[in-house]
Amino acid sequence: MTGELSGPDTGRNVGTYVGLGEWTPESLAVPGEVRAVVSAPHPVLSRAGGEVDPTAAETIRLAVDLVATMRVSPGCVGLAAPQIGVAARVFAVDVTGHPKAVTVHGTFVLCNARVVEATRWKPGREGCMSVPDLTGDVKRASRLVVEGDLPGSGKPVRLVTDGFEARALQHEIDHCAGLLFLDRVAGAHAVYQRKVYL
Amino acid sequence: MNELAITVIGRDRPGIVADVAEVLARLGANLTDSTMTRLRGHFAMTLICTGPAAAEVEAALAPLAAEGQLLATVRAVTPDGEVAPVGEPYVMAVHGSDRMGIVAAMTRVLVDAGGNVTDLSTRLAGSLYVVLAEVELPAGVADGLTDRLHRTAGELGVEVTLRPADPDLL
Repeated sequence: MTGELSGPDTGRNVGTYVGLGEWTPESLAVPGEVRAVVSAPHPVLSRAGGEVDPTAAETIRLAVDLVATMRVSPGCVGLAAPQIGVAARVFAVDVTGHPKAVTVHGTFVLCNARVVEATRWKPGREGCMSVPDLTGDVKRASRLVVEGDLPGSGKPVRLVTDGFEARALQHEIDHCAGLLFLDRVAGAHAVYQRKVYL
Repeated sequence: MNELAITVIGRDRPGIVADVAEVLARLGANLTDSTMTRLRGHFAMTLICTGPAAAEVEAALAPLAAEGQLLATVRAVTPDGEVAPVGEPYVMAVHGSDRMGIVAAMTRVLVDAGGNVTDLSTRLAGSLYVVLAEVELPAGVADGLTDRLHRTAGELGVEVTLRPADPDLL
C-alpha cells in the first residue's frame, strides 16, 4: 500500500459505526497478564493474523493482556497480538501524553480493524518493540479512518484520527497483517541502528 | 579531467571525514558522488573525485593510512557518463534470521528479471538480518518477479516485500 487510499469500501453500513463510547479496558472486568514480547525474526510476526470473534472469552483475555503488556513496556504506544505470539487481528493503542499526538482516544483495543480512509501521507521515523535495535523512515497517512470491533461487546466502531495516533494505528494494523515497518521503509538508506532506548 | 574512485575504511573515530576531505580539497580534487557511513564500528567512505592524478592523491592520503587505522585505495576510472535507467524504481525489503547467501540469492532473482540494483544496504541486529535494495525494473516484470522473490525467500526462510519506490514529485 503506497498510494492514497480513499473511500469506504467495507460493504457494511457506515452509519452503524460509532466511537468508543464508554469503553475502557477495565470495562472488560478481566485482569490482564503481562506477556512476553517476541522479536523479529520470529515467524509469528510475518504471518497474517486471523479474524477473531470480539465477544469470545479468549479474545477478551488477549485484549486485556495486550493492554497490561503495553502498560508495563516503557514508551510503548501500541501492541498487536502477533507481538505476544498470537496471530490474530487484535491490537491495543494508547498515545496519551505523547508529545507528537494530536487527537487522542485514550487506551483502546480493536479487533478485526481495517483502514477505510487514509490521506495526507507523511514520512516519519518509527521504531518497534519487536525490532528493538533498528528504526526506519516510513510514510504513513496523517489523516485516518479505521473501522473495527470492540472486544467484549463486539460493537462496531469507526475512529477518525490524525498525526501520531494515526501512525500508531497503521503500525499495529500492519502487525495484524504480518507486516513490520521494515516492509515499508522508504529506501536502501532508510533503516538505522537505534540510538535511544526508552 | 581525471576521474578517481577512492575508498577509505577504518575504525571509526571523530574526524575521519574532515581529515580525508581536507587532503582532497588541498589537492584540488572535487568530491562528486559519495557515500560515507559507519558499518559495525568501521567508518567506510566510497567516493568519486575529479581533478588530480591518482598517484598524487594516493601519496597525499598515505600519512593517514600510515597510522595503521585507515586503509585507502585510489584508482583512475573512465567517466562513462550517465547510465540510462532500465525502467521503474522499486524497493525490495528482506528480513529474517541471518544465514549465508541471502543477498546473493535475492539479488540474483532481481538480475534474472532484468533488474539493476542501484543502492543496497544491509543491517545485522542480533539474529535479525535486514536487506534493503533499490532496484530499477523493466516495465511489467514486477508482478511475476514478486512471485519468484517470495519463492526464493521461502527457501531461505526470510520475508520479502517489493514495492514501487513511489517518489513524491512536487
